[in-house]
Amino acid sequence: MKAENALVKSAYMLVLFVMGLTGFAQMPIFGRYYIADIPGLGWLDRYYVTHTIHYWGAIVLLALVVYCAVVYGALLRRRYRLTVTAQVRIVLLAAIVVTGIFRVVKNLPDIVFSPGFTMFIDIAHLGFMMLYILAAAGALIFGSRWLKQSVRLG
Amino acid sequence: MSLTRRNFLKTGLATACAACATQVPLPASAAPKSDRELATLIDMRKCIGCEACVDACREANELKVPEPRKPFPKMYPPRVKAEDWSEPDRRAVQDRLTPYNWTFIQEATVTVNGEETTLTFPRRCMHCQNPPCADLCPWGAARKLKNGITLIHSDICLGGSKCKSVCPWDIPQRQTGVGLYLDLLPALAGNGVMYKCDRCYQRIEQGELPACIEACPEDVQTIGPREEIVAEAHRLAKEENLYIYGETENGGTNTLYLSPVPFDQIEAAIEKGPGRPHMEPVENQMAHADNLAKAMLIAPLAGLAAAVGRVYKTVKNAEGRPEEDR
Repeated sequence: MKAENALVKSAYMLVLFVMGLTGFAQMPIFGRYYIADIPGLGWLDRYYVTHTIHYWGAIVLLALVVYCAVVYGALLRRRYRLTVTAQVRIVLLAAIVVTGIFRVVKNLPDIVFSPGFTMFIDIAHLGFMMLYILAAAGALIFGSRWLKQSVRLG
Repeated sequence: MSLTRRNFLKTGLATACAACATQVPLPASAAPKSDRELATLIDMRKCIGCEACVDACREANELKVPEPRKPFPKMYPPRVKAEDWSEPDRRAVQDRLTPYNWTFIQEATVTVNGEETTLTFPRRCMHCQNPPCADLCPWGAARKLKNGITLIHSDICLGGSKCKSVCPWDIPQRQTGVGLYLDLLPALAGNGVMYKCDRCYQRIEQGELPACIEACPEDVQTIGPREEIVAEAHRLAKEENLYIYGETENGGTNTLYLSPVPFDQIEAAIEKGPGRPHMEPVENQMAHADNLAKAMLIAPLAGLAAAVGRVYKTVKNAEGRPEEDR
């Protein structure tokens, strides 16, 4: 179980890091601010490359989220409960996933969203990700984990 | 309406509330979209290069072109350069795409039926069916309308030029010193507004023709439902031995060209460079996104299958253990 936890945690952190990096790369900032000039990071300035990686990351993230949700619900829920910071992160992650799904749907051929809604999902997706980074940083600083052992009475 | 930072934030908040409440949009695909998308057919044999379309475009859009604030704010880092087409001599440029010139006449001297001929034809945004500029705009400033027009919202655009980078024809053109970025962080983010043909969307809304089509004395361009335009292009191509460009480029566009010679000859003969797009075959730039989107449907099922396997294994192991070990 421990090895599995470590594997899932590592995969989740790696995917989220790559998603964050390629997500921010959708804005024209890495070229402007010399990041893409760093040897080995030139790909960060290539929009189609970062977009494809972002989509692959989304595929892995969706699978991982469903896996964790089902395993927690079926096996861990009775012995562990979610910490407050975990609940905050889950809400933000859900918001990121939902806005991301809308973004993917919008990019399909033949699908047109209203301009206001397009702008909303673009900005909301970015905003929720930034809030998630803050929440994750807070959890790291205060040493808050995802799960806490339930207190059993009697 | 011009957007200030306050207006922008208010609009964003209002949009967020409205979207959450009621405005989950109806995808255009819920309706028979292809019937509603308009395409243009440009018969390159008819164009005489008179530039009436160019003049009409400039006149029809003179209120939309940028009037930048000067001096431009200093931008950081120093590699970020201002792009300025607003001085009279540059503003008057008509032989390429600029923020002030959204269509221009391109020339190709080719041999048609053994005779050297100079073909002239208007070039502008192709209005792709699945436009990468609109799909990948990080700000929602570029968007596609249900009638097949792709436009850039000049009040929202920050001028990052991503739309130009992802456009297979490098169509959008930037003007510095104008737009929303001036009210946000002009030194650190953004660089003006991107401009390109919006196929006179306001005129079309009112049932009028785009200015370039209306002004053409030779009826070079026709506009209509895409299916009809494609059918007409194929009919002419078959009957008169012509070649089509734009039907399948980038997965399909709403601008089709008809040529008496193959387009590789046109491509070899035209002057290309900044503001002067090519006529090469173009793969569907968004195909990767469409394919990966399908994989996203399977991903949760894969996660579910793995989780069910994991739960089953745990339960089975627990059943095999003595009661006190559980």
